[in-house]
Amino acid sequence: MTTRRTGDLLITHARPYGEEAVDVAVRDGVVVEVGAGLSAPAEVMDAEVLDAGGLVLLPGFVDLHTHLREPGGEESETIATGSAAASLGGFTAVFAMPNTDPVADTEVVVEHVWRRGAEIGLVDVHPVGAVTVGLAGERMAELGTMARSRAQVRMFSDDGRCVHDPLVMRRALEYASALDVVIAQHAEDHRLTAGAQAHEGVVASRLGLAGWPATAEETIVARDCALAREAGAALHVCHVSSARTVEVLRAAKAAGVRVSAEVTPHHLLLTDATLTGYDPVNKVNPPLRTAEDTKAVRAALAHGVIDVVATDHAPHAVQYKDTEWAAARPGMLGLQTALSVVVHTMVEPGLLDWRGVARVLSERPAEIGTLPDQGRPIAVGEPATFALVDPDGAWTVRGAALASRASNTPYEGMRLPATVVATVLRGRVTARNGKVRA
Amino acid sequence: MKHLLSVTDLDAAAATGLLDTSDRLKQALLGREVRKLPTLRGRTVITLFYEDSTRTRVSFEVAGKWMSADTVNVSAKGSSVSKGESLRDTGLTLSAMGADCVIVRHPASGAAHRLAAWSDRDRDATGTHTSVVNAGDGTHEHPTQALLDAATLRDRLGSVAGRRIGIVGDVLHSRVARSNVFLLATLGAEVVLVAPPTLLPVGVEQWPCRVGPELDAELPTLDAVMMLRVQAERMRGSFFPSAREYAVGYGLSQERAALLPEHAVVLHPGPMMRGMEIAPAVADSPGAAILAQVRNGVHVRMAVLYHLLAGAPE
Amino acid sequence: MADDRRGDEAGTHPPARELLSAADVTRTIARIAHQIIEKTAGSPEAGVVLIGIPTRGTPLARRLAAAVAEFGGTAPAVGSVDPTLHRDDLRRRPARPLEDTVVPEGGFDDKLVVLVDDVLMSGRTVRAALDALSDHGRPRAVQLAVLVDRGHRELPIRADYVGKNVPTSRDEQIRVLLTETDDRDAVLLRRSAPSPAGASSTGPGEDA
Repeated sequence: MTTRRTGDLLITHARPYGEEAVDVAVRDGVVVEVGAGLSAPAEVMDAEVLDAGGLVLLPGFVDLHTHLREPGGEESETIATGSAAASLGGFTAVFAMPNTDPVADTEVVVEHVWRRGAEIGLVDVHPVGAVTVGLAGERMAELGTMARSRAQVRMFSDDGRCVHDPLVMRRALEYASALDVVIAQHAEDHRLTAGAQAHEGVVASRLGLAGWPATAEETIVARDCALAREAGAALHVCHVSSARTVEVLRAAKAAGVRVSAEVTPHHLLLTDATLTGYDPVNKVNPPLRTAEDTKAVRAALAHGVIDVVATDHAPHAVQYKDTEWAAARPGMLGLQTALSVVVHTMVEPGLLDWRGVARVLSERPAEIGTLPDQGRPIAVGEPATFALVDPDGAWTVRGAALASRASNTPYEGMRLPATVVATVLRGRVTARNGKVRA
Repeated sequence: MKHLLSVTDLDAAAATGLLDTSDRLKQALLGREVRKLPTLRGRTVITLFYEDSTRTRVSFEVAGKWMSADTVNVSAKGSSVSKGESLRDTGLTLSAMGADCVIVRHPASGAAHRLAAWSDRDRDATGTHTSVVNAGDGTHEHPTQALLDAATLRDRLGSVAGRRIGIVGDVLHSRVARSNVFLLATLGAEVVLVAPPTLLPVGVEQWPCRVGPELDAELPTLDAVMMLRVQAERMRGSFFPSAREYAVGYGLSQERAALLPEHAVVLHPGPMMRGMEIAPAVADSPGAAILAQVRNGVHVRMAVLYHLLAGAPE
Repeated sequence: MADDRRGDEAGTHPPARELLSAADVTRTIARIAHQIIEKTAGSPEAGVVLIGIPTRGTPLARRLAAAVAEFGGTAPAVGSVDPTLHRDDLRRRPARPLEDTVVPEGGFDDKLVVLVDDVLMSGRTVRAALDALSDHGRPRAVQLAVLVDRGHRELPIRADYVGKNVPTSRDEQIRVLLTETDDRDAVLLRRSAPSPAGASSTGPGEDA
């Protein structure tokens, strides 16, 4: 009896993109055959068999925006616990934001993050490099060195902070275009959001919370689109939260600007109505806005004005969240609930079908992040990197039961549709039935 | 009633009930040789103030003492708070020591709500049902101030329902304004706000009140006007250009006060900036009920403590 | 005594028996007034004060004062004292609304105060009223007038003037109706609806 090789797998009775049921045979991490009745071919006799029982097979999800907190913030999350959460959520690649301690603005830090991710091996961890040194917004970081390092950084961001100085942003875009990497902007004019705690609107004014106006996001996006057009560079807009920003993006895309945009699951589902009671689990940056905004971003995602869903997974240990509102750190968990929220807000109302889900959670993010082996079609010759989804599974979210070190989920106690039954990374099952497999 | 966090937790009956109790407590104390009631004997009331305040803190302390409660004052400065202890831990410590009521003033909006949530959640661990009273949370609310303002209006005007009350000044940053708008609306009054546009909150059109464009036009129609405190630092935030321009546009000068009807009441939550939002002569005029507000404050706070602590715990 | 309408609304109460009719109530008040006049004959006229214990003690005190004036000449001063804040059983029920305390002109110092209530039972309400009174001043003496004494004293308190002695069992209720607060004058007796185990048979405010 030969020992089973990792990377060999037989998936039976799966429905790629929710379509016809097929079997998928994988050898050495690559799809070798797709068809009916592939039950017992000789080459894959010792392969693990994953009986999908009619469930939906999608390309593995790619998250362009995750906070793994390591190095420096390990009390909230580590690359290991974050990878576990990612693979349980159906993700096979995550882009780890650089606002760690130390900041990921040198090759040393990005190589450390990349290497840890590879050692753990549950998900491909792609470090995002800082745009400016120390995220201070003044001096450009060594984008080239980070791009050429073993971490192969493809995306740069000062996320958490906005690259506020237009000259610095312009130079970064110009420099990035030569390197063929993308700058991802956290769009927030901090002069308009000084002391802000919540979306500037009726709810915040009732609750006495200083407002974060939508214009603070929209004006930076408009400015950056103009700068990107002039530089011929690729711009990515993080966590779009407002209807007005959607309008700016629509116009910019129509004018041919190379801009892509992401929306978080929480901005698809939640509004500032959740703020009464002041539970800081709902505190996030950019803030939860109104029902009109959630409606606008959903429509934008359906039509491609917003390209992808990115979680902005932001774990915070309990001492940073279980405080009065003003003292709490903003951010919510997102990796394990992303698919369910997308199904609830986009698939159930008929705004996206499963092909659309594949596009926004896998194909487009892989494209924007230039990952050649993720977000690929489910076809012979392609890497066997999948998420297997039960569209009819429903589950009740319990923060304490999630794999992240922290438990700050805004969906605590909520019943959400759809579960990720298995995750496969190049033919190796990394998660199955709610348990991680190293 | 378990906690008093926001006036929006009180419907008209509950609010009126508190005001009635306040009146009756005033009656019960009138002319007494012994100005003390035994009702809250054995109850422990702790004031926890993270912001400086003499007026409100002393008012609560006197209220507690006149009801025979044991009152203790904790000021954030010079306590373990300055060593970095979290609000939650401070609240739990006080509960565990047996505080039946914690009266909290804090610069963060929602602080009282959180304290109440933690107190309820950890009740088994601390062993005490602790009621929380919001004595001012950030720019959100100051419920007992609104109650004492309503009590003062009731005394002077006979009723609040059907009256027109003006609130003038920095509404945006004022917890007193928020509490008053919502409580007066609950009690059936018509409220008019007058303020520079930069000091009106976004979404104020959805509040149960009107925004009046010009102070002089509103004054002759009002039964009462409440002048809000203006903080000098608002000038640095570009909310208005100068103290002089503010006083000219929104200050209650003697000339302006003369526009008010004869019966109208002038209120101010204090402390006043004489000469800025209110002329000294106006503050000292018979129409001004500022000291009455302070006196009513003690009775209203006694009524709140009575309703929270005298009966069976909920 | 507070109006106990709970049982009526639930519709499960057995019917009430009328112990005193409207005419009986008027006669009883008149008789008490005569007794007060007799017993306070030695006191200076301006020295008697009738203090009602709310709710129904207050209109009773007023009626007594009017009757005393009718029969005796000078109407005694009338006021009320709310004993709620001095009760010993506050923590057993949700916080009760307070009632009016009205100190008559001239106060209580050196006066003969006659406390007036509708029903006397355990004596705890009267004890609380005495405490409230003593914080206001120092009467020369305090007497007690009640329309009905139904027994079951828990403290050493007795009434100086009693309209009617009505021996009752604990599971019975006495209700006094007065036109000032209800639709007629009457004194009713009925059996309580069965109460939860351990609770006394007195309704809210009835623990007099």
